[in-house]
Amino acid sequence: MQNWIDIAYLIAACLFVLGIKGLTKPKTAVRGNLLAAAGMGIAAVVTLLNEHIVTYEIIIAGVVVGGLIGAVMAKKVQMTAMPQMIALLNGFGGGASFSVASAEFFRGSATDTVSIIATGAAVLIGAVTLTGSLVAFAKLQELIDGKPMGFPGMKLVNAVLFIGSIVGIGYLVLNPGNEMVFWGLVAAAMVLGLLLVLPIGGADMPVVIALLNSYSGVAASAAGFVMGNSALIITGSLVGASGLILTSIMCKAMNRSLTNVLFGVMAEAGEAMDEDEVYAGKVKSTSAEEVAMLLETAQRVVIVPGFGLAMAQAQHAVRDLADTLEAAGIEVAYAIHPVAGRMPGHMNVLLAEAEVPYDQLKDMDAINPTFEQTDVAIVLGANDVTNPMAREDKGSPIYGMPILNVDKAKTVVVVKRSLSAGFAGLPNPLFAKDNTLMLFGDGKGAVLDITTALKEG
Amino acid sequence: MDFVAQLTLFVLAIFLGVELITKVPPTLHTPLMSGSNAISGITIVGALIAAGSDSSMLINVLGFIAVVLATINVIGGFMVTNRMLAMFKRK
Repeated sequence: MQNWIDIAYLIAACLFVLGIKGLTKPKTAVRGNLLAAAGMGIAAVVTLLNEHIVTYEIIIAGVVVGGLIGAVMAKKVQMTAMPQMIALLNGFGGGASFSVASAEFFRGSATDTVSIIATGAAVLIGAVTLTGSLVAFAKLQELIDGKPMGFPGMKLVNAVLFIGSIVGIGYLVLNPGNEMVFWGLVAAAMVLGLLLVLPIGGADMPVVIALLNSYSGVAASAAGFVMGNSALIITGSLVGASGLILTSIMCKAMNRSLTNVLFGVMAEAGEAMDEDEVYAGKVKSTSAEEVAMLLETAQRVVIVPGFGLAMAQAQHAVRDLADTLEAAGIEVAYAIHPVAGRMPGHMNVLLAEAEVPYDQLKDMDAINPTFEQTDVAIVLGANDVTNPMAREDKGSPIYGMPILNVDKAKTVVVVKRSLSAGFAGLPNPLFAKDNTLMLFGDGKGAVLDITTALKEG
Repeated sequence: MDFVAQLTLFVLAIFLGVELITKVPPTLHTPLMSGSNAISGITIVGALIAAGSDSSMLINVLGFIAVVLATINVIGGFMVTNRMLAMFKRK
């Protein structure tokens, strides 16, 4: 019997792999997701045949409560709030692994060194993921201030908590079943999770979410070692690898190392650049009608969306503009910087929601070489990711950060309320370039005005 | 299953994961994350055993919490991934 159950778990693991493989193309992605869901169904059903399961009341209650909460979250969540939802799910994943490992501990099933270490690891990583994700959620949801928070000696406290946890696990290896030490480990891990995420600023949350995603996988894997369950080990490491790759992509996009995001602060600017010096007398303002005239003669237009666009709920207005341009035979593409949204791939989802065809969404490496053949680049709610100082000024705090080379386009139209700085707090020389026109105003209103002017003209 | 066999699975699965996930295009990174949340709900396997076993109250309570959390991940994760992917599919 046990062999059949294990084979069913293997089938489930294979379906997860095929599910992720489906996600490598938009066309096969829906099917991939369904395959993975089928794998989960198989794994859950065969588990119910386990000889240790004798009562079903608690299971049914848990599945009903969890299922309802999950379904409501999935149906109701706004696409702009997706990072918060993922943060919560990361935390719940960590919490589930933590609870499973704790239950195994109290059952006294872990007696050998390996399973005790695995239990300790699952509890430690699971609890850190749980409380850390709740902080990330609170910051993204703006329940607490997004600014870095901390106190003097915080790093020392973190080090003590971490080393204490490791020592606690070591103690449990020598004295299995010591409940006092176990609860101490739980408390230390939970506080550690809070303290690790509190000092990280709101702008760095994409990295944190990806990293916690990875942790939740590693915690599941550790729980798999405790239970000797291959499905958990395989799935956990797949998720762990996924989160780690996304973390590294996000770090590269922001030109920062992981250590710098987790423990450091943004590099201090050697000398604050004077805004007046950058902008004085060089900024040219334009109107929606002028932009419409420019667009009429263009052959290729690239739209550069930032999160400001999503905040203004202007995605549909932008799609209308793109449709109008395309109807006039003008080629349209969207340039998506990896950190354009608030989590990996976020901007793509926001645009897809407005029914922008996904083949028009170009990532940074694909779009950058094409700006020179672009007649008009329209920058909407993006700032730092277009700042040419990242490419040219070695003294700049953002030097080396990969940017969208919009300034290479023949004309750049920047739609913005004012000349205010972005997250990095720096002036953007792009706004003062000869080929740049500023269209001051609300993003959505400006786009609507341009579209109207195009249709009338 | 002995430790070395487990470790082998763990390491090989990480290599497989890296190979697979580097092929996922940036466009689908958000659904990838919600999808991986969903499959990390596989801890439901351990949760079900803890919740349904005939042991102490504490274990059943921990099991119940684990079942609730893992089910949120499974149901919420797959459903929201499906919702996002449906937007990419059209046209």
